[in-house]
Amino acid sequence: MSALRPDLAAIASAIEPGTRVLDIGCGDGALLAELRASKGVDARGIEIDGGCVERCVAQGLSVVQGDADSALADYPDKGFDYTVLSQTLQTARRPDLMLDQLLRVGKQAFVSFPNFAHWRTRGALMLGGRMPVTRSIPVSWYETQNIHHVTVKDFRELAREKNARIEREWFFANEKPVSGAANLRAEFAVFLLSR
Amino acid sequence: MAGASQVLQLTDPLPLDGGGELHGAEIAFETYGTLAGDGSNAILLCHALTGDQYVASPHPVTGKPGWWERMVGPGKPIDTDRYFVICANVVGSCMGSTGPASEAPDGKPYAMRFPVITIRDMVRGLVALLDGLGIDKLHAVVGGSMGGMQALSLAANWPDRAERVLVIASTSRHSAQNIAFHELGRQAVMADPNWHQGDYYAQESQPDSGLAVARMAAHITYLSEEALTGKFGRNLQDRDTKSFGFDADFQVESYLRYQGSGFTRRFDANSYLYITRAMDYFDLAEEHGGKLANAFAGTEARFCLVSFDSDWLYPTAESRHVVHALNAAGAAVSFVELSAPHGHDSFLLDVPALDRVVKGFIE
Repeated sequence: MSALRPDLAAIASAIEPGTRVLDIGCGDGALLAELRASKGVDARGIEIDGGCVERCVAQGLSVVQGDADSALADYPDKGFDYTVLSQTLQTARRPDLMLDQLLRVGKQAFVSFPNFAHWRTRGALMLGGRMPVTRSIPVSWYETQNIHHVTVKDFRELAREKNARIEREWFFANEKPVSGAANLRAEFAVFLLSR
Repeated sequence: MAGASQVLQLTDPLPLDGGGELHGAEIAFETYGTLAGDGSNAILLCHALTGDQYVASPHPVTGKPGWWERMVGPGKPIDTDRYFVICANVVGSCMGSTGPASEAPDGKPYAMRFPVITIRDMVRGLVALLDGLGIDKLHAVVGGSMGGMQALSLAANWPDRAERVLVIASTSRHSAQNIAFHELGRQAVMADPNWHQGDYYAQESQPDSGLAVARMAAHITYLSEEALTGKFGRNLQDRDTKSFGFDADFQVESYLRYQGSGFTRRFDANSYLYITRAMDYFDLAEEHGGKLANAFAGTEARFCLVSFDSDWLYPTAESRHVVHALNAAGAAVSFVELSAPHGHDSFLLDVPALDRVVKGFIE
């Protein structure tokens, strides 16, 4: 699993073998392929980019081309053991409604996102007075797909409002785990939720 | 070499959705590759409206290469070195399987006495063929356009017969627009004075002009506006100025006339009526209590649907409709909309992304 991005590696290691997983915004299928190969998972994906979907299907993965904001509505309640939303929450039109869907379709939901309260981001905004362009948020404000920036603290609050239980959490900076003061020190956060 | 297909004579009568049964039906088919000892490598290809079993061998009438040679053959995406590929002419057609041009028990052609058939009836014939060949479970069933309808029908009605279901540029139901275009074609055939209520087989002249018009109209629906413009634009055919008459001044007119007349040499007008009717009657949800997801309840097959962005005959929304139902049924499904300029006919043409998807999915 060393080839996977750290947030995906954390998710992959936490998923139980032989389960059903739906990865929303699965990209080129790296997580799905890993889960299928190493854990015998029934792995499905949703991805908006046709080129990515084509590469997934060419690998024999079950991936549907669609928009994460609307595609989840067709799936039955608790049809999957896990739903996964990796670095896509901040691009959703309504992250709160997306979270509802994740917890409806999956018995548990993984959500990973770049933490907007990381000290680099805070520094860039406070000292430079401009929208941050950092290692974890590399695209300038006018091009980025991130339309709803979120911090670790904000996400915890949203989970509380949605009556979602945080089962586990992981934080990373510079691809290494972070412990303590996550909202200041983590570039990326991963949460495992249930309801 | 083009040759006569193998023919299986069905021993049991074929029950029909419209009531009654078809006795002594024959299914003409071609195979490519070798069936594995355990029968596990069989792929059934289902042909489109005017297609036939000559998927990867020359057409016996036109001499043209098979209709999907770019996809099927040794080392091709559907690799006949690995898979045993079967393609059969559907019941109701005219390339060796029983249809309106075939002899009825009284020795005369059925003509309009042939029973109206459905897509599911065609698939019943195909399943009987699989039984005859001793194939319990297909590695995959694959079809584009009407072939995709057959693949969906097989998956819904004989869910244990295929492990993989690949549906390209197809739909789970004919729309009002689809039916309208088919009705236009049928009326063109039936308005031809040579049609004689379908009893033209012994006549000197056949309803060729009506069938050609039907084909011309249908052919327009198979192409995108962009493809027609790119291919022909407003270019004139073999002339420098307009004739101020009704010759085929424009290249697009000449092309359509050529397509229409070529078609009449290889296709039976009554078969065109029966097969378009079967497609119009197709509504997979209706067969399953009005809910498409019910058609796939409990299925263990893996599905892949492919649409093309330029296909306005069976647009992407129709494939998505099927995908939604498969998701609701909890089925393993892939779906991709490929970008190709050719319209509905993209599934038959050079679209390398389709080759990759087909190869990857049936792997």
